Amino acid sequence: MLVVAASVASLSAMDGVATASGMAVGAGPGAPRVLPVRTELAALLPWGGLRRGSTVAVRGSTALLLSLLAEATTAGSWAAVVGMPAVGVLAAAEAGVAVRRMPLVPDPGPDLPGVVGALLDGIELVVVAGFAGVGETRLRRLSARARQRSAVLLPVVGREPWPGADLELSCAEATWQGPGRGDGRLLERTVSVRARGRGAAARPRRVRLTLPAGSSTPEDAAGRNADVPGVSRVLAGSEDAELLLAGGGQWAGGQARVVGPGTGLTGV
Amino acid sequence: MLWCPDWPVVAAARDLGLSPLDPVAVFSANRVRACSSAARAAGIRRGLRRREAQARCADLVVVADDQGRDAREFEAVAVAVERVAVGVEVVRPGLLTLPVSGPASYFGGEDRAGERIVDAVAIDTGLECQVGVADGLFAAALAARRGTVVPVGESGSFLAPLPIAELARVTELTGVGSDGSWTALVDLLRRLGLRTVGDFAALPSDRVSSRFGAEATRVHRLARGQEERPPSPRRPPADLAIEEELDPPVDRVDTAAFVARTLAERLHLGLTAHGLACTRLAITAVTENGEELTRTWRCAEPLTVAGTADRVRWQLDGWLRAPPGERPTAGVRLLRLAPDETSPAGEFPRELWDVGGGSRQLDERAERALVRVRGMVGPDGVLAAVLGGGRGPAERVRLVPWGDPLEPRHDPGAPWPGRLPPPSPTVVPVPPTPAGLRAEGGEPVGVTGRYVLTGAPAVLVVEGEREREVVGWAGPWPVEQRWWSADGGREARLQLVTLAPAGNGAGSSNDQGAGEDQEAFLLVRSGGSWFVEGRYE
Repeated sequence: MLVVAASVASLSAMDGVATASGMAVGAGPGAPRVLPVRTELAALLPWGGLRRGSTVAVRGSTALLLSLLAEATTAGSWAAVVGMPAVGVLAAAEAGVAVRRMPLVPDPGPDLPGVVGALLDGIELVVVAGFAGVGETRLRRLSARARQRSAVLLPVVGREPWPGADLELSCAEATWQGPGRGDGRLLERTVSVRARGRGAAARPRRVRLTLPAGSSTPEDAAGRNADVPGVSRVLAGSEDAELLLAGGGQWAGGQARVVGPGTGLTGV
Repeated sequence: MLWCPDWPVVAAARDLGLSPLDPVAVFSANRVRACSSAARAAGIRRGLRRREAQARCADLVVVADDQGRDAREFEAVAVAVERVAVGVEVVRPGLLTLPVSGPASYFGGEDRAGERIVDAVAIDTGLECQVGVADGLFAAALAARRGTVVPVGESGSFLAPLPIAELARVTELTGVGSDGSWTALVDLLRRLGLRTVGDFAALPSDRVSSRFGAEATRVHRLARGQEERPPSPRRPPADLAIEEELDPPVDRVDTAAFVARTLAERLHLGLTAHGLACTRLAITAVTENGEELTRTWRCAEPLTVAGTADRVRWQLDGWLRAPPGERPTAGVRLLRLAPDETSPAGEFPRELWDVGGGSRQLDERAERALVRVRGMVGPDGVLAAVLGGGRGPAERVRLVPWGDPLEPRHDPGAPWPGRLPPPSPTVVPVPPTPAGLRAEGGEPVGVTGRYVLTGAPAVLVVEGEREREVVGWAGPWPVEQRWWSADGGREARLQLVTLAPAGNGAGSSNDQGAGEDQEAFLLVRSGGSWFVEGRYE
């Protein structure tokens, strides 16, 4: 046995040679068992990251989902997104996801399990949404496939849970900072994320998070900074004689322009 | 496209001063690579062993293969064609291509232009050649073999009746798929009962990609008469061209070969740093007496370092050993390589595999999985996202079919005043969902011509969903863009924070207890109505 172990080790040390056990789990012999996530999120996950082969369901927040993908894709992993035609790619890029390694399958068609299964064979993180109507057995089989291929399956769940998920992260009690009554802009939200699952995740955890992560800066917290794109208003008597102050937006910064009683400008 | 039949033989015969009527064969690795028509009449075929060839034709002239010689002799043909037409690009020795539109309008028709070119080559060099005209490099090469002119857009119907083995012919003509992958594919297709190029072209492309893989998809596109190169070749930045001062000046071919290798390596270092691959290379040499010689080489496949070095060496060889009178009068003082046309390198340029944070093994596995999924959902079912410039969240993202060139819709470097700052909405419905916005009293909220809300928003109604109570808003922000075009005009954006409607997110809110849940929306006012352009979920 020792001899076998030694020869397997020497095999796997050779460049381009994959050992049989390495092939079976679909990952290189030296691949880490846990894919990295942001430090704030690591506290939520019993494994300190996304464990290969696990199914982690996400409920209630696309932003949370995107921030889960960020670290792993920057480190070289791929993340396919299935059945989310409206996912905000720009928000993904802002969350730190390497968009180049994020192929999208907006409409997987009638054979969703087939598409997800094929993706799990080669892609380490697979996000799947819109699986309502697919039988529970087939969904369980997808989780099993993820386990076998050492991939991470991330179902986006709504009303129905994903059967046999190792962990479910649900997002609630979102509170937004930024907008007042017409001033400021959206800055960030704090959410309460609750994780519960099976095995090592059986003990529920709850964390308050800021999303998008790391967006807050002292200047921003005031809700009024120079980055606001539009116009802040100073009402001068009537609506038609208002003073439009440019805030680094439509007009060059610092310039003020008085608009006289206008004619011909129709409502937008 | 101009093709000289049996070029290796013709070049050898010219070099050795033989008559075109002598039986000559060029051997590479003890097999016949090309033979003259006299030799062919004596029963000699490609791939025959030397012994057997000599047995069939006792006075056969046996010549060793020499690509340098082929290229050197072909330079005379290129010069002859250049006397009547511009834009000459050498594909490989024996085959050159030029845009036909100029000569055709000058000489009055593509047929006439072809005749003039053949005449020019015959008068200047005494060589025979054939001319073919078609839309792409691939179809043109096959047209040149037949000496026909294929009308614009008819490449597909020209190719359809040809036997499937013609696909493999292209390999020897242009050097595409020279690793044997095309020959193997053609062999497989023939065994599957596909006899003509048209039979193969008639297969649905998603089936081809799932059954035969990426290379076959490319062949399939060619078989349909679609141009093999991406339609948008990029003009490379000027600083990718490299120059080398040669001191002492080079006038010998062996020295030139050494220089060619180092130059090719430098060129490719620059190209890979930009993620580009070169498909057309201009080689310029300046001699001590100030003569400047330029020749463009075109390639159906991105040039490798070795391929570049070979072409530079062949070209210098051709110039330096040209017959007296055409030869430069002094040694080459300066050599310049300019990538004339580049295309994005394959997703994973080899040299960058370990630099970009990715790993080659992971990328290859992912690519294989995506090819398979593309076969299941169709070529437009798997998309890649490109971030570009623009103001709105949807405008800044372009989704292209996986594997297509990643070109942003708008220039990301341009200034976009009025662009929304981060965070961006995590859900961007396409098309935007219609919505209604009401004030406290129930009257609808609009935006005036001065970008002021007509009331304080109190209730948001997204089409098909429950009413939401508005707790805060920011904006409206004016968007005035592209007033000169139909898709532009005046719009206003508004960010809203609302309370989640009761009963939303069924399971979770009950478990989580009392905290109130807020939602945020990005609304756009366009043409007098509100639309939900984004949700911050």
